[in-house]
Order: sequence, then C-alpha cells, then structure tokens
Amino acid sequence: MMLGKAAWNLAWWAVAIGLGFAGYAIFFIAPRELTMGSIQRIFYFHAATGISAYLCFFLSFLASIGYLASRQPRWDWMAVSTAEVGLAFDTVVLITGPIWAKPVWGTWWVWDARLTLAFIVELLYIAYLLLRRLSTEMDRRGMISAVFGIFAFLDVPLAYFSVRWWRTEHPGPVIAGGPNSGLDPRMWHVFAFTWLALLALMILMIRDRYRLEAMRQTVSEWKAEEELGVEMAEGKEVTQ
Amino acid sequence: MRNFWSILSAYLAAWAIFFVYSATVGRRLTRLEEELRRLKSRTGRDE
Repeated sequence: MMLGKAAWNLAWWAVAIGLGFAGYAIFFIAPRELTMGSIQRIFYFHAATGISAYLCFFLSFLASIGYLASRQPRWDWMAVSTAEVGLAFDTVVLITGPIWAKPVWGTWWVWDARLTLAFIVELLYIAYLLLRRLSTEMDRRGMISAVFGIFAFLDVPLAYFSVRWWRTEHPGPVIAGGPNSGLDPRMWHVFAFTWLALLALMILMIRDRYRLEAMRQTVSEWKAEEELGVEMAEGKEVTQ
Repeated sequence: MRNFWSILSAYLAAWAIFFVYSATVGRRLTRLEEELRRLKSRTGRDE
C-alpha cells in the first residue's frame, strides 16, 4: 500500500521528534564516560552515523549488482540514491570524528588505517557521483556507475574491519568487539535509540532521493515525447 | 561541562549537513514537480 503525502509528512515529524529525544538522551540520560569525559557523547552520533553510512553503501552495492543483472532503471535509481545519502552520512562521520579526536588525541587527524580508508571511501563515492554526470545516456550511465559502485564498495569492508585487523589510533569496536569491549547498559540503550532514529532519517532521505530520480526520468521522457511531437508536426507542415 | 563547545559544534555540524542535504533534495523535487505539472498541462496527459 502506498503511503499518502500526509503520512510521509507525519513520518518526517516523527523522525524529527525521535532525533530530538535522542539528543536529550545523549546529554541527560547517557552516563559520563570515565576516561574521556563528556566529549565521548559525540560517540552516539558519530558511530551511529558511520554504521548507517556503510549500510547505505552496502545497499548501493546490492542495487548496482541488481542493475547489472537486470538493466532495470529502478536499480540504478536505488544505487545513486543510497550512495548520495550514504555520502551525506559519511561526511557527518568525517567531521564529527576530528572534533572528537582533537581533545582526546591532541590532534584533529592521523593517517592511520581506519581514518585513511574512511577518507578514501568518501573520495570514492564523490567520484561515483561525479562520474554519473559524464554521461547523459541512461543505460551507459547506469552501466558505468554500477561497475564503479561495485568497485567503490570494496573499500567499505576494509575501512570497517581495519580497527580489528590492524593496530590503529582509532579505538577498536565497542559493539561486538570481543571480550574487552562493550557498553554500559544505559549507554547501549541511548546508542540503540539514536541509531534507530538515524536509520529512520536515512530511510526517509533515500525515499525522497529515489523519488527525485524517478521523477527526473519521467520529465526527460515526457520532454523527449514532446520534442518528437513538435518535430513531427513541423515535418507535416513541410510536406503539406 | 568540559569540551562543551566541541560537542555542540559536532552536533550542529551533523544537523547542518542533514538539513542542507534534505533541503537541497526537497528543492530539486519541487522544481521537478513544477516541470511535470507544466508538461502535463501542455500535453494534456493524465500521467
């Protein structure tokens, strides 16, 4: 069943309220972390946004495979929508990370495995979006971006698992990171709530971006039909 | 609260990116909706 415009507006409001509550929970419900102090509160947004960004890139990867297998434009629309939303989320990660790092590490940035690979992920998806602008022909653009989308995704698992595979300045995983990792239950609840709110935001953003791509296609088809109609009408006049 | 301004700037930056991105998509959608309406009225199609 398709949701109406009012229902989607309601969903946006629900997400805004959810994110507002997440902000309250981060500052007033989550306990203060003992080693880093209050600056650790950035974690709730930073980590949740990072996981959401990588989830977007994974969806883009699946959609790219879907496009190569079927050549259905809707897979291409999904691939670009998830890649663009993922890039917005990943930009948040790359901005909030250094703000967190400065008081804790004493520097904004280090070129360790995690940060370098995360930066390359960002560059690859910027390149993906720029590459799409090079071709206006739909099938050619879909093909090139699907192949590049699959290639770009190869860096995502590397970036994600880099903190497990190599010794990095970036801390190891606190969720599902082994016996010495984990979160205080209150921290975990706040993190889970924030992540759910961000996931809902991500879904709404993807839905809008997908609608945009579908509408763009309709507009270009209608324009082409209109131009064809004008040309035919002009041709008729000439023959008359 | 120590590092209050760092925390605040991180959250403001995150909100600004989400807001600006959503607003850009919204603006592009509105523009396309207007174009579709114009095309529809010119061609007299029902969609």
